[in-house]
Amino acid sequence: MLNEILRNIFRFCLLVCIQVLIIKNIELGRFINPFIYVLFIIVLPFETPKWLLLFSAFTIGITIDMFYDTAGMHAAACVFIAYLRPGVLKLFSPRDGYEFGTQPTIQYLGIPWFLSYSSILIVLHHLILFYIEVFRFSEFFSTFLRVIISSIFTILLVVISQYLFNRKKEQE
Amino acid sequence: MRNLITFIWKNYFFFLFLLMEVLCIYLIVQNNYFQKASFVNSSNQVSAMILKASAYVEEYFYLKNENEKLAKENAELRTHSFVSFAKIVNDEYLVNDTSFHQKYTYTSANAVNNSTNRRNNYLTLDKGTKQGIKNNMAVITSTGIVGQVKDVSENFCTVMSLLNSKTTISSKIKKDGSYGPLTWDGEDFGYATLHDIPTHVQLKKGDAIVTSAYSLTFPENIMIGTVESFVRKSGEYFFTVRVKLSTEFKKLSHVYIVTNILKQEQEELEKKSESDK
Repeated sequence: MLNEILRNIFRFCLLVCIQVLIIKNIELGRFINPFIYVLFIIVLPFETPKWLLLFSAFTIGITIDMFYDTAGMHAAACVFIAYLRPGVLKLFSPRDGYEFGTQPTIQYLGIPWFLSYSSILIVLHHLILFYIEVFRFSEFFSTFLRVIISSIFTILLVVISQYLFNRKKEQE
Repeated sequence: MRNLITFIWKNYFFFLFLLMEVLCIYLIVQNNYFQKASFVNSSNQVSAMILKASAYVEEYFYLKNENEKLAKENAELRTHSFVSFAKIVNDEYLVNDTSFHQKYTYTSANAVNNSTNRRNNYLTLDKGTKQGIKNNMAVITSTGIVGQVKDVSENFCTVMSLLNSKTTISSKIKKDGSYGPLTWDGEDFGYATLHDIPTHVQLKKGDAIVTSAYSLTFPENIMIGTVESFVRKSGEYFFTVRVKLSTEFKKLSHVYIVTNILKQEQEELEKKSESDK
């Protein structure tokens, strides 16, 4: 249990670092802004209490906000997907529920499940984030394009990172 | 109270979520000038949109009044306009502020009855002696001439339309001033006939036909129509011109009644000369 918490704190720090130190500095054009830190919220254990889910999402959001100078935008989007996460998990749950001790990752539940589950959360996150950022309807379609393209990149990065980080575990 | 607390406790997830979102939005609005400005702005946009939509609907209820007001204003403007003033020729000196005097005044009127399909068509307007309308006054619209006042009652007057066998209007070709009488042949309410245009006039389709200065009723240079076609009948030395009327008689509603202030003076003088012969 303690191990699990430490792992998540470590993941938190790592993802924030990757996000603000690497991805933030990569200019991929106006339409591509991947936000890989969402992975933290996605792969929190199933047993995470709901309040903790919201708080951790808020924390990572506000941390990213500090670096991006966007006070509250990332936090709002993160809290939103954290709120929806239990519902989405329930939507994709296997017939007899999730096994105890597993995590919502590719290693435990396979690529198709993980893709559909994470894409929903990522697209929603980006949707909220970009629309709060733009904050007007006049650029509705260009913002939508940004949401779609950035989401695709984020999903790609999330899937890749899953293979990178959890390779060890498979060997265990 | 206890129930409320129990309710909130049961749904703490939702309320916590709400609380955090509110906090986030508060932070966003508080810390970001752009969002701060557009928060106010966008709510203004919404309210402006709603107001605009409601005004758009409301406008229709006042459309009639508005139209009348505009027509009245137009009449007033025409009274003051340049063409309404005849120049005083003075041999000795010319002072600008007295170099024009008013010749025509305009009264706006509504057509309450109109016909185009008879041989002799008449209109009825909602202005009469009370508004200073007398017979033989000219009636025009913004697009062209309509006719002449025939009979006047207290509040109404009938107008002998251009589309009448008895109407003859002294008109001229605008570009060179050759004039002739214009009549209506009773066939098509969109066309009239201009007679007696000398053959040396180089007519073209689309040439403007306007009222001439020789009419006592109509001001000069009021649009009548454009040349549609012209023929020289065998044995004649004149063109007969088919004129496309610029006034849409089918759609008449607001018209102007033109009062020639100097008409009486001119008439008396002409009568005097006539009797002196």
